[in-house]
Amino acid sequence: MSLPYIVNLLYQFADNVAFLLLAALGLMIILGVLDVINLAHGELIMLGGYVTTLAFYRWHLPLAACIVLSVIAVGLFGLLLERTVIRRFYHDKLGALVATWGISLILSQGILIVLGPSLQSVPLPDWTVSYGVYSFGGYRLLLFAVVVLVVVLAWWVFYHTRLGVQTRATMQNADMAQALGIDTRRIYLLTFAAGSALAGLTGALYAPTTTIVPLMGTTFVDVAFITVVVGGGANPIVGALTSATVLSLIATPLSSVLGTFFGRIGLLIAALVIIRFLPRGFSGYLRDLQRRRMAQAAT
Amino acid sequence: MSPQAAKELQQDPLPSGRPRAFWAVFGVVAAGLLGYSAVGDTFALSNLANFLLYVPMALGLGLLWGYCGVLSFGQAAFFGIAGYVYGLIAGNLVDVAGGTLVAAAGGIVGAALVAAAFGYFVFYGQVSGWIIPLLTLVLSLILETFMAQTAGYQWRIGRVLFGGYNGMTSIPSLRIGPVEFSGPTTAFYLLVVGLSLLAYLGLRSLVGSRYGFILVGTRDDIERTRMLGHNVDFMQVQVFTLAAALAGLSGVLYVSWGNYMNPSNMGLLAATLPVVWAAVGGRESLVAVFLSTVALRALADTLAVRGGEYAFLIMGGLLLGTMLFFPAGIVVSLARAWQRRTQSFGPRASRLAKSEREPGVLK
Repeated sequence: MSLPYIVNLLYQFADNVAFLLLAALGLMIILGVLDVINLAHGELIMLGGYVTTLAFYRWHLPLAACIVLSVIAVGLFGLLLERTVIRRFYHDKLGALVATWGISLILSQGILIVLGPSLQSVPLPDWTVSYGVYSFGGYRLLLFAVVVLVVVLAWWVFYHTRLGVQTRATMQNADMAQALGIDTRRIYLLTFAAGSALAGLTGALYAPTTTIVPLMGTTFVDVAFITVVVGGGANPIVGALTSATVLSLIATPLSSVLGTFFGRIGLLIAALVIIRFLPRGFSGYLRDLQRRRMAQAAT
Repeated sequence: MSPQAAKELQQDPLPSGRPRAFWAVFGVVAAGLLGYSAVGDTFALSNLANFLLYVPMALGLGLLWGYCGVLSFGQAAFFGIAGYVYGLIAGNLVDVAGGTLVAAAGGIVGAALVAAAFGYFVFYGQVSGWIIPLLTLVLSLILETFMAQTAGYQWRIGRVLFGGYNGMTSIPSLRIGPVEFSGPTTAFYLLVVGLSLLAYLGLRSLVGSRYGFILVGTRDDIERTRMLGHNVDFMQVQVFTLAAALAGLSGVLYVSWGNYMNPSNMGLLAATLPVVWAAVGGRESLVAVFLSTVALRALADTLAVRGGEYAFLIMGGLLLGTMLFFPAGIVVSLARAWQRRTQSFGPRASRLAKSEREPGVLK
């Protein structure tokens, strides 16, 4: 194995990690704080892709501005969604799942009727980096950099701001947090909007790399769901990082040898085996481990 | 818990407290459906048979979701697995007497085996409630993408081609001796009516039995039921497998009806439909699921004639509207309103009204 080959594998691995993290992080943050699964997540990603593409062609904005616009637009849409629908289901978590599935069907079909079967994609910036016999897409490397940035930002908000403390308190014990004067409804509203904004970012970032069709969300959600299941909702950031890393370790060799389909089947089987032993996912397992250690230290 | 409350709780899973009235209504409905075969024309019978063949799959989800508290998007996947397995076996055994019966058994058993393996991992892992709908949805999507790329001659078993997105074609219909159960025959209509009514009666007696009580117990509080000494993991696997087998039965009937199977039968819309039927009718009532399945299938059929592009939109709207305004289901809500109006001072109505006021009382 030559060095360029290893670098090539690393590149594919980073590409997979970036995809899984971007697809799943928003969903996971919503699950962690609200304990609700948003099945319309894929369609929010799709909306992000559409906003970027439309802004690029109709208003001739630069790509970076289009991406920012998508984040804001989908975030606002998430705000609206929480206010009108999600809020009514905090006592019935499976009900939320079914209702958001209804929303997802309405969104994908609505876009199909309004905007037609497909849009012309934004041209992919043709930056390439060569190393040895391999050449790497510069845009893909940029995606990975953005993912690192997003994770660091999320971590900073979670652990170094007042809002983050309030959010973690709400996750731990919502009633207690409310008794201490934290407006938990506001926390839920903001978290849902933040998760939606992340979906918008994902759709916008991947808009140049895929075809823009109303069902494009489904190519994200199957891996996103597996990532969320394996990561668990106990700590969204730790869960998303560990699960995206482990799943990419499985999927990268599988899909490069046997093709994408077996990569996905491998992910599903890996998820089934992992939850058999870690039913709360990696983050739940780590949290239990930490609690046990603290209990031991206390005695 | 007072003895009175315990008694009321015990009666809860039972569909109706008046067996004689139930059997009278059931007899009229069954006679009506069977008698219709004598007067209805071939086209109408074939259509009605097509609506009814989805009933076992929907009832399976009603049992799983309404009585066991497990939501699954996997019914379409099991429907598809059974259909494809049936097609493979029946196509290869086309000259053998009784070959299609072997194929039907193979299809249903195949679906049940996949479900049992899947169920083992999720239920023995004791995962949270939201994981099962997610993973079953992924299962459906992956199976659809897999079958969609099986075009070409390298994808064949014996003399049957998988067919990729064009689907598996000219699958032989079920045949018992000289009788062939193909789509436009009265025999097929009678078979479907018989099987769907049988599925209903079987599940009704199941949920009314001791097993059904324990099942409702796992739905309302799984940890408490576990602590009472019931093997709830195993029971959930059993119910999940039974629901899959019923979906498999529907799948076999479907290919026997249309002699055709394609990947979109396991796709996004297909995976959603059983959930829509169960939610809109009212998942905690088998009758409601039965009725809404037939009604919504008929609705979808009319829609397909005048613009299928609205199918997703209408199904999504129905799902969202039901969850927002009639969480118990439209048919069930109507029935409750009717019951309250006709016997507002009766003991059953007051109990229903009470349990609605305090939704957490059984949790």
